[in-house]
Amino acid sequence: MSNPYAKLPNWAEYGLIPLVNLIVAFFVAGLVVLLVGENPLEAAYHLVNGAFGRGEYIGFTLYYATTFIFTGLAVAVAFHAGLFNIGGEGQAYIGGIGVALACLYFDQTLPWFVVFPIALVGSIAFGAAWAFLPGWLQAKRGSHIVITTIMFNFIASSLMVYLLTRVLKPLGSMAPQTRTFAEGGQLPKLDWLLGIFGLNIGNAPFNVSFLLALVAAFGVWVLIWRTKLGYEMRVMGHSPGAARYAGISESRITIIAMMISGGLAGMMALNPIMGEQFRMQLDFVQGAGFVGIAVALMGRSHPFGIIPASILFGMLYQGGAEIAFEMPTISRDMIVIIQGLVILFAGALENMFRPAITAALAGFAGRRAAVTQSKGA
Amino acid sequence: MSDLAIELRGIDKSFGLVHANRDINLKVRKGSIHGIIGENGAGKSTLMSILYGFYQADRGEIIVDGKPVAIRDTNAAIAAGIGMVHQHFMLVENFSVLENIMLGAEESQILNSSISKARIELKRLESEYGLEVDPDALIEELPVGIQQRVEILKALYRKADILILDEPTGVLTPAEADHLFRILAQLKAEGKTVLLITHKLREIMAITDEVSVMRRGEMVATRQTSQTSVEELAELMVGRRVLLRVEKGEAKPGATRLSLRNLTVKDGRGVTMVDTVSLDLKAGEIVGIAGVAGNGQSELLEAIAGMRRAVSGTMTLNGKPVEVTGTLDPAELRRRGLAHVPEDRHHVGLVLKFEESENAILGYHNNPKYRNGVLLNVDAIRAEAEEKIARYDIRPPNPRLKTANFSGGNQQKIVLAREMERGPDVLIIGQPTRGVDVGAIEFIHKRIIEMRDQGVAVLLVSVELDEIRALSDRILVMFAGRVVGERLPDASEGELGLLMAGVEGPKEAAE
Amino acid sequence: MDLFHTLVVLLESTIRVSVPLIFAALAGLFTERAGVFDIGLEGKMLGGAFAAGAVAAVTGSVWMGLLAAILISVLLSLVHGYASITQRGSQIVSGVAINFIVAGSTVILGEAWFRQGGRTPALADGARFSTIDLPFADSVRDVPILGPIYADLLSGHFLLTYLAFAMVPISWWVLYRTRFGLRLRAVGENPGAVDTAGISVIWLRYRAVICCGILCGFAGAYLSLAMTAGFVKGMTAGKGYIALAALIFAKWRPVNIMLACLLFGFLDALAIRLQGNPLPLIGQVPVQLMQALPYILTVILLAGFIGKAIPPKAGGIPYVKER
Repeated sequence: MSNPYAKLPNWAEYGLIPLVNLIVAFFVAGLVVLLVGENPLEAAYHLVNGAFGRGEYIGFTLYYATTFIFTGLAVAVAFHAGLFNIGGEGQAYIGGIGVALACLYFDQTLPWFVVFPIALVGSIAFGAAWAFLPGWLQAKRGSHIVITTIMFNFIASSLMVYLLTRVLKPLGSMAPQTRTFAEGGQLPKLDWLLGIFGLNIGNAPFNVSFLLALVAAFGVWVLIWRTKLGYEMRVMGHSPGAARYAGISESRITIIAMMISGGLAGMMALNPIMGEQFRMQLDFVQGAGFVGIAVALMGRSHPFGIIPASILFGMLYQGGAEIAFEMPTISRDMIVIIQGLVILFAGALENMFRPAITAALAGFAGRRAAVTQSKGA
Repeated sequence: MSDLAIELRGIDKSFGLVHANRDINLKVRKGSIHGIIGENGAGKSTLMSILYGFYQADRGEIIVDGKPVAIRDTNAAIAAGIGMVHQHFMLVENFSVLENIMLGAEESQILNSSISKARIELKRLESEYGLEVDPDALIEELPVGIQQRVEILKALYRKADILILDEPTGVLTPAEADHLFRILAQLKAEGKTVLLITHKLREIMAITDEVSVMRRGEMVATRQTSQTSVEELAELMVGRRVLLRVEKGEAKPGATRLSLRNLTVKDGRGVTMVDTVSLDLKAGEIVGIAGVAGNGQSELLEAIAGMRRAVSGTMTLNGKPVEVTGTLDPAELRRRGLAHVPEDRHHVGLVLKFEESENAILGYHNNPKYRNGVLLNVDAIRAEAEEKIARYDIRPPNPRLKTANFSGGNQQKIVLAREMERGPDVLIIGQPTRGVDVGAIEFIHKRIIEMRDQGVAVLLVSVELDEIRALSDRILVMFAGRVVGERLPDASEGELGLLMAGVEGPKEAAE
Repeated sequence: MDLFHTLVVLLESTIRVSVPLIFAALAGLFTERAGVFDIGLEGKMLGGAFAAGAVAAVTGSVWMGLLAAILISVLLSLVHGYASITQRGSQIVSGVAINFIVAGSTVILGEAWFRQGGRTPALADGARFSTIDLPFADSVRDVPILGPIYADLLSGHFLLTYLAFAMVPISWWVLYRTRFGLRLRAVGENPGAVDTAGISVIWLRYRAVICCGILCGFAGAYLSLAMTAGFVKGMTAGKGYIALAALIFAKWRPVNIMLACLLFGFLDALAIRLQGNPLPLIGQVPVQLMQALPYILTVILLAGFIGKAIPPKAGGIPYVKER
């Protein structure tokens, strides 16, 4: 069997190729900036400054990153089992119900550190339940999971509008949102964490769910590479034939992997609901489920790649706001373009630069070998 | 004008390191049925693909009807009057017969006139060659034999004078095959030239005028069919090889470990692949299953291993029944003492993107000894992998290396080490040395004999006849899904070759 | 008579909202029948709508606007084609990417060029499509039953509306009655059969995605040049996905597509109509349920509970010659 892609060393596979894809994506985005008559380098300066220039900015960057770690992990877990879960958006949205219910019931009686785990369980349960049906339909009825998860995103959206305008909205209120939670439903900020580095968090909603996200990333790493279930998921993702040979049930893994994926997506809801707004609002997910796709592709589905990729996108979201402020022609929608370009180049066109990179590396290695040889002689 | 329909001169083709065709010369007389015979991997299909423009030869000349032609793509082949009936039909299943026949040869942009013309032409072809089909039937509703007829009509519709058929009887029942031969005779009578690629000697003898034999990428001989014999062809096909010798003592068969009764397996299309096979496998013996690839050995192995559901029959493992027609669970069979080295290590036996140590537990990953609470005990897994690497001399000796980076022989050793080191009662092995370097072959053979001597019941499937003869204590020959004979390993190559080619010899008992 | 009048109004708006769905679903039909899945219908439609709005505003010509819509949409199709046919990348990922790139760039470019909060300037009369009154519409209006049906329901639509409905039989004719259609359907089922018949699989699939681009261009132009007088950011609002659902719901068949789009359009029109009004027999139906119904129906269909939606067999799989 000839596999032209087997030759690349790990650092090139996981470092160089994503980097090249990213650079190309940014280059094209730079062209868009030029097209609207602005200076891309100036935009880049505002981007980086807006994301890291102050403690408060960093706080915002990490707040966004927290959200993307959850949704990126959700997409990655499904990827490992060979499934494409486009439904992170809807699963996160529905996961919000679990968070909101926990807060609405307990925020006035219990302290945050008791409500938090209850909300966590709720978010996982609701997110996983929303992912269960597409998983079950794929496993038992052969319905294509990409299509069903897209449909479930829209169904979730309608359902949430209904719930927020009819059920969860406090009486007499006009806004489609729950009431604001009392202290028990508010997560403490991580001002001390940034304080260690002498940074002032200001108004940034950077909160303890960031730590949960890091734990989740570690948990996913353990799950994928250190448990039997993760092993079985990877066997199925890489080789359905080998899974059949090893007696691994395809439908069981499909359903479980989707539920874990949905649970992770659901956990995302903790960050905006308990960490920033202290209530559940319409559209609080704001496309984070889709950013998860870009993050997972960028981070090559590895938790330790997803964290930096999430911070990158957090930077785009926060720094993008700063660009919009400094350069009014460039609104935050610039991020959406970059997100799309990253998905295009790191995902659909991932093999475009590979032959060239492989050849370049081979040429380099060849020359180096020749040099060593001539030195030896 | 020439009396040769096709002449090939010095055709050479390599795929990477595989030299598939070596300096091939071939002359095919116009209006004849010319057989091309050879074992699997002899290079027949590659040669025909070159002729049909699917691949380009690295070197050599193709002369059609006296004129040199450059066949750069399929269009050029069609223009030169060459048609091909592929082993796997190239038909659109939810199209009608007529639509399939027209596809690519439509008269005009708008179908209406093409359809009526095609209908008339199809009627004409049908009556001329006796190939009746309902032009409006959907392909997916037709039996395989009729689908093949559509493929032939497709070629004739394109005015092919030379028809290549690649293993055409592989999917046919004997009655359908006989019908096909009548069609081919009819085509010949109408002046068409037929190139028949097959590994079945019976077909060659029954229908061809001339026959060319390929072996390991080379064209070794061409004979008038009337002046050759099945024995000669079988020998030419297999060649006089250096006899493979493996040191082994007398087998001491013990209790029956695995027993099959009337096992029948069908493939996805409902074609019977394994036909009422019965066998008994005893502890301490190696039973080899000989046969040309595609005669049901793969399906038999998969059914025994629990990867493919049988439609009828029974199986017992260590005296206890196995639900061979019911819910299948390869993991359960493993627990009950069955180990399986699959034929396809790239897609089944190994996950190529996994580390070596991860593959070393594939299928046995449920074993508690690899667990540490809820976690996998990676240290234990790697330590055990290292041990096996040492014992099986797997190189490079690195349990963390990606499996894709090991050579074929070392990959196979990873699978063998995994399956053999569990102390199984029954070991079933498919193609143990396919794509394996010479050094590893000897090692693998020795290990198989050792297993037998330790009292393991071994069932060996291989398309390498010498391997079967060198290792087996008894040989079963499979042809068209059935066990057609049982022989001792000292049976002559010619005798086994005849059985493998579906020519019934005198029945003798092995014992 | 009042109920009848309501029904005519309801059906009239059903037709209005169905038009972009029909164009987009037919667009998806061409590419998916050729074996290239496309969840980027939304993005192409949006890109087309923006190009149409922008160019029509600048040139003052509705035709230039339409042309621009088609050009941009085809260009985006070619990006999808390059990723999924030439580079053999994931068709799903490529579609997702295109949707985002378009969603972002239409806002950025619109804001940069026109500075109206992501809108393009409101179009004057010559720069947008006007409705066409069928002959004698006014004179027959008073004929009972048939009069209103002719004058209010069938007459008074945009040129593109009539074109959309004309595209249904035209698409059917192209797919089932021309050589191109035969080959296109074949390449979505068994590209090997097409290849061995001496036809280029790649070129055929590129032509299919170009057809998809053209039709998505019409869909987009309808949104910004007919339905409204100018582009508004995010104006497709998920219509591309509803079209995708309609395509599946219709089991990839042209006439079914029209019916599915009309059904989904009707649900949409009904949802707007019913806001706050109870339905006879059933009572109050949440408008959100009506909005989600197309997706719910499609999922039920996909699950095989009402018939079976079998996609083109080679869909989603890049073509690689054997070996």
